[in-house]
Amino acid sequence: MSGNKPRTLFDKIWDSHVVERLPDGTCVLYIDRHLVHEVTSPQAFEGLRLAGRPVRRPDLTIAVADHNIPTTGPRTADTIQEEDSRIQVQTLEKNVVAFGVPYIPILDVRQGIVHIIGPELGISLPGTTIVCGDSHTSTHGALGALAFGIGTSEVEHVLATQTLLQRPAKNMLVRVDHTLGFGASAKDMVLAIIGKITTAGGNGHVIEYAGEAVRALDMAGRMTISNMSIEAGARAGLVAPDETTFAYVQGREYAPKGAAFEQAMAYWRTLPTDPGAAYDTTVVLDAREIAPMVTWGTTPGAVVPVTGVVPDPSLVADEAARAQMQRMLDYMALTPGTRMEDLPIDVVFIGSCTNGRIEDIRAAAAVAKGRKVAAGVRALVVPGSGQVKLAAEREGLDRVLLEAGFEWRDPCCSMCLGMNPDKITAGQRCASTSNRNFEGRQGPGGRTHLVSPAMAAAAAVMGRIADVRQLG
Amino acid sequence: MEPITRIVAGAAPIDRPNVDTDQVIPARFLHKPRDGTLGRYLFHDLRFGPDGVPNPDFVLNRPPFDGARILVAEQNFGCGSSRENAVWALHDYGIQAVLAPSFGDIFRSNSLKNGLLPIMLPPEVIHGLLAQLAETPGGTIAIDLEAELVTLQDGTSHRFEIDPFMRDCLLNGIDELDYTLSQMEQVESFEHRYGRRNA
Repeated sequence: MSGNKPRTLFDKIWDSHVVERLPDGTCVLYIDRHLVHEVTSPQAFEGLRLAGRPVRRPDLTIAVADHNIPTTGPRTADTIQEEDSRIQVQTLEKNVVAFGVPYIPILDVRQGIVHIIGPELGISLPGTTIVCGDSHTSTHGALGALAFGIGTSEVEHVLATQTLLQRPAKNMLVRVDHTLGFGASAKDMVLAIIGKITTAGGNGHVIEYAGEAVRALDMAGRMTISNMSIEAGARAGLVAPDETTFAYVQGREYAPKGAAFEQAMAYWRTLPTDPGAAYDTTVVLDAREIAPMVTWGTTPGAVVPVTGVVPDPSLVADEAARAQMQRMLDYMALTPGTRMEDLPIDVVFIGSCTNGRIEDIRAAAAVAKGRKVAAGVRALVVPGSGQVKLAAEREGLDRVLLEAGFEWRDPCCSMCLGMNPDKITAGQRCASTSNRNFEGRQGPGGRTHLVSPAMAAAAAVMGRIADVRQLG
Repeated sequence: MEPITRIVAGAAPIDRPNVDTDQVIPARFLHKPRDGTLGRYLFHDLRFGPDGVPNPDFVLNRPPFDGARILVAEQNFGCGSSRENAVWALHDYGIQAVLAPSFGDIFRSNSLKNGLLPIMLPPEVIHGLLAQLAETPGGTIAIDLEAELVTLQDGTSHRFEIDPFMRDCLLNGIDELDYTLSQMEQVESFEHRYGRRNA
């Protein structure tokens, strides 16, 4: 199979999970962890039910409701106002009982967005394969796990067999050299990466993030960049595990303990890419050149530094690209040449699987401290999990944010995709720490500008897109 | 799954890049049960105005494209969310194949599992086809899965590739899950070897 050929981190994880290799290269790939949520699982459980099949490895499966949960008021399945949402959560709660799948109840402090709680609880570990019926499963790759989103048919396939039929992806290396400057964060780094390689650049690849600036990121930052791999077209992102990873994993609820941890760590140390291993594609960025970033269009690759201006389609030679740019500007109601910092903001959303961790809330609170949300701006902070919320409250961050005029909510996916009541309305402009600025994503007709948590807080207090570096 | 060998149908152009699955079916319809009627939400916010009235400018609301069973799209079609509802909405509407220079990886994988053919063709072929659809709308496209050949309305033929294993499943109407369930002894023996290393 692999022989002594130098292998990448991806190759190593892949090879160790191949159950069977078919003649055309398709593999039966073993899955170590299956995370289940309420939106993409009902039809999968129904498929099992119709065929009379059990969940093969409930011990490797864990379920949580996150997309539909309200962020204010009562938080039980039966009290969700919107009927379709209520049914979806109730259905999950029935399915986990019927199929014996471990479930984190909504009122449990460990409940939260599936991609926040996987790492937080030590369910996501280096070297493992992790899947979930959600494209942002790429988040868990920050730990050095091969983690990717799957569709509902594949959710059923994993529930029934604990495997997937997959073809190996190509290897892409994204190396970010040097260190990020003042005011630039992991979110800015990944937006700069997507801006460079485009939203289709990673199609068919797994991206491994490396280089000095990636090594310097804490686990939260690594999760932010891995999370948005799918926005660069790659199904998975990876960061090689190192001491930062091991320190993060140690002591978490589901992580190995004592001698088992030492043994696991010895194995994890063998995972980083071998010297001389080949990548199909290599991209290099200089972290010193990455400013705080803001998207102007309706794909995450339509991004400029905060000091930039709305681009001008008339300067684009390619006809199709020009038409696409014009279409995005029309939807976003933007005029070429407008300074990004002159764009007024109606709504600010801080949260999501991209930026809903305690480090993100700290970054937002640091900017909000002693300032006030601008008149007419609605600013929501939605922690990614119950544990994040609790930690923030212990640090007094909730008070800082509330005093500044932010709303302090309960954990959920919330305004990232508006499946619960948190939505923006047509024509509203939102500075959001989420991952997608697609048309209508945060609510029909809504206009999304993707930014970092610090930049979102800056937008809230200034009432416009603002350069957080100038707020000190 | 029904076996698929050949598709002959009219095509409609979706001539913009990065059509994400939020466009194909907005998140607020992900609660809807899978009862074969998700086609009504396909491209909802492009197909209908805020008042629910069909948008006369949207391609699928205009003859002859309203009867199309094939879509011709730009690069990275189906990017974004993993929602299989996007494929179900296309399927329920009656779309049998999407031709594009590239697809979102998860969308492509979801399509194959539902008998919707994601056919990758070189950008110049797609651009030529989009031009043909603009100039002479209403022709048909023929897709031969066995020969992996698509014949456009101008009579030119172009090769495409679908992974051999998946092509076999599609041609014979085999469900992937049935295949894997026939291999469970191998999975068990893998777990036995593997269990010693990984908790």
